[in-house]
Amino acid sequence: MTKLIIILLSAVFINNYVLSRFLGICPFLGVSKKLNAATGMSLAVIFVMMLATAATWPIQMYLLNPNNLGYLQTIVFILVIAALVQLVEIVLKRYIPSLHKSLGVYLPLITTNCAVLGVTILNIDEGYTFVEAMVNSLGSGLGFFLAMVMFSGVRSKLEGADIPKAFQGLPITLVAASITSLSFMGFGGVIENLFA
Amino acid sequence: MNQLNNFSKGIIKENPVLVLVLGTCPTLATSTNVTSALGMGAAATVVLLCSNIVISALRKVIPDKVRIPCYIVLIAGFVTMVQMLVKAFAPALDQSLGIYLPLIVVNCIILGRAEMFANKNKVLDSAIDALGMGAGFTLALGLMATIREVFGSGTFMGIEIPVLADNHVSILTMAPGGFFVFGLLIAIINKFSVNKPKKTEFGCAGCPSAEICNKRACGEKEEA
Repeated sequence: MTKLIIILLSAVFINNYVLSRFLGICPFLGVSKKLNAATGMSLAVIFVMMLATAATWPIQMYLLNPNNLGYLQTIVFILVIAALVQLVEIVLKRYIPSLHKSLGVYLPLITTNCAVLGVTILNIDEGYTFVEAMVNSLGSGLGFFLAMVMFSGVRSKLEGADIPKAFQGLPITLVAASITSLSFMGFGGVIENLFA
Repeated sequence: MNQLNNFSKGIIKENPVLVLVLGTCPTLATSTNVTSALGMGAAATVVLLCSNIVISALRKVIPDKVRIPCYIVLIAGFVTMVQMLVKAFAPALDQSLGIYLPLIVVNCIILGRAEMFANKNKVLDSAIDALGMGAGFTLALGLMATIREVFGSGTFMGIEIPVLADNHVSILTMAPGGFFVFGLLIAIINKFSVNKPKKTEFGCAGCPSAEICNKRACGEKEEA
């Protein structure tokens, strides 16, 4: 149990996907302009991350590994994720149209989001069990959510600020991201000591 | 002349990292030292070259509706090949790139060039475009890595630099330093760009998924 909590907390705070592993930077910079878009995107990411892990972990362990096909990991995973996202979109559109309306636009973007492929591959590399892998992907998704929501707050403050011309637009956003990431470095070492 | 132009535009005018702002994840993650940055650049260039050639050769065969999945499968195949080669011949590089090597699959530069260039142009032009873009990517990565390694750990490709090695700013090699150096570089380019200072904003221009989401997700055309 302690191990699961450590995995969850370190995925959210220490190894935050966006701010310390640099995965999913594109949506982080592109969609964080407005709070509701940031929330929608991150909810969709959490959902797809967990679903993708639930699908890819058994495929790797029970299909690829026993047949010595481990090297096909990259191809199989990206295809499974792409198919899954399509399927989810169709199902949502048919049965829960209200949810499709709020999350639907973000789904196609997620296929080519490196955070989702990253979490599925890392789960295998780290040798997690199925439960640990699910907890890790939940934590990673929550970490993404936290970073997105926090950063959209930071960005709304930037809108009215007086910024030197060369820094307007992307440069100042990146500098703000740097400071946000700096604040997350404060969590380093906290989690291990919590249970020591 | 036209082909030379095709090549050089990837390096300066349409530099994939610093001007089009594509492939930010590997740029930030692998630029902590020059060796891994150049390795990443080389690996991505090889994949880009192969995928551009094959996609351009197959541009009349691949049906328009399923082109994105087709491209992803092709790219994933080449990435797997590069992954195996790197594992076999450069295990040290494999260690330092880690997860970012398989993640070349979802590098927007590669899918972006397939979508923007290779599916409309001849094989030779696409190959030249890929080489130019790959060179631009590698140069930008190398530049960022040089700044971060020289000032962050006081070394250059592992060789110690006398004064800086004792006074290094190690934050530059960590995550915040990556964002900061990248922001600074783009600001410098904005300042000195010859043509009208185009406001670099993370937009849908280079995003391969722009067509699918109709620019709604990035909030460019909300409630449309």
